[in-house]
Amino acid sequence: MSEVTVRKQRPKHLALNEIRLPLPGFVSILHRVSGAGLFLCLPILIGLFGMSLGSPESFESYKSVVGNPLVKLILLGLLWAYMHHFCAGIRFLLLDMHKGLDLASARSSARMVLIASLTLTVLIGVKLW
Amino acid sequence: MVNRVVVGAHYGLKDWLAQRVTAVVMAIYTLYFAINALMLPAMTYEAWSGLFRGGFTRFVTLLFFLSLFYHAWVGVRDIWMDYVKPTGIRLVLHMLTLLVLVGYAGWVAQILWRL
Ligand code: HEM
Repeated sequence: MSEVTVRKQRPKHLALNEIRLPLPGFVSILHRVSGAGLFLCLPILIGLFGMSLGSPESFESYKSVVGNPLVKLILLGLLWAYMHHFCAGIRFLLLDMHKGLDLASARSSARMVLIASLTLTVLIGVKLW
Repeated sequence: MVNRVVVGAHYGLKDWLAQRVTAVVMAIYTLYFAINALMLPAMTYEAWSGLFRGGFTRFVTLLFFLSLFYHAWVGVRDIWMDYVKPTGIRLVLHMLTLLVLVGYAGWVAQILWRL
């Protein structure tokens, strides 16, 4: 056998700022980011949930807290995180069941996830505020 | 002889499966909740708390939160395993994650059963 082994440069150094993620990779990393963001904000979310259910008085203070524009902005961000994590999560579950694994479908479903989660966020955001 | 170092996220079929089962539970609950919330006549304390006072909704809401905490435990632990290399720090982070999640479970149960 002739020596045809390609000499690869090892170790590889990844230039993070130069990597262009393909669309499915982008959806995947956002799934992780959204999951981590939701986890970190759980105390805020459970706190608001508790306020809204505590008593008629705490319900009123809940309403004034979520009426604050800054709080609204944070909640809108978390709403997007949930919607993205939800849509991308369902996509991952389908991929796990070997549905849509070929490159073309994987790309188009990744695009659908991005569009659907943004659309849902806008629709629900408009409905709530 | 295979010298395999078992490290990294996503080993453990049980956790992998649990993460998926809890994901399905949460997805179904999300739709159930969205439909119920859309059918509320108005966003008053009476209507909103009435939603969770029903025995069934209270039960499935608790189920949703317990699924969420289990799901987040597996998911966040995977993230620590991927990025935090020193074993000591990683174990401390695992424990803190577990402790806050158990605390949240108690908190949510108290919110729902005080109603
Ligand atoms: C309807 C709701 C949800 C669905 C369908 C869902 C689905 C999923 C799925 C399928 C995975 C596995 C992805 C993988 O292994 O690559 C996952 C991971 C994860 N989820 Fe969720 N999830 C939901 C809600 C949540 C919530 C509310 C949180 C946060 C509090 C959360 C936090 C996480 C985290 C931190 C991971 C790990 C991410 C990673 O390893 O990259 N999930 N989710």
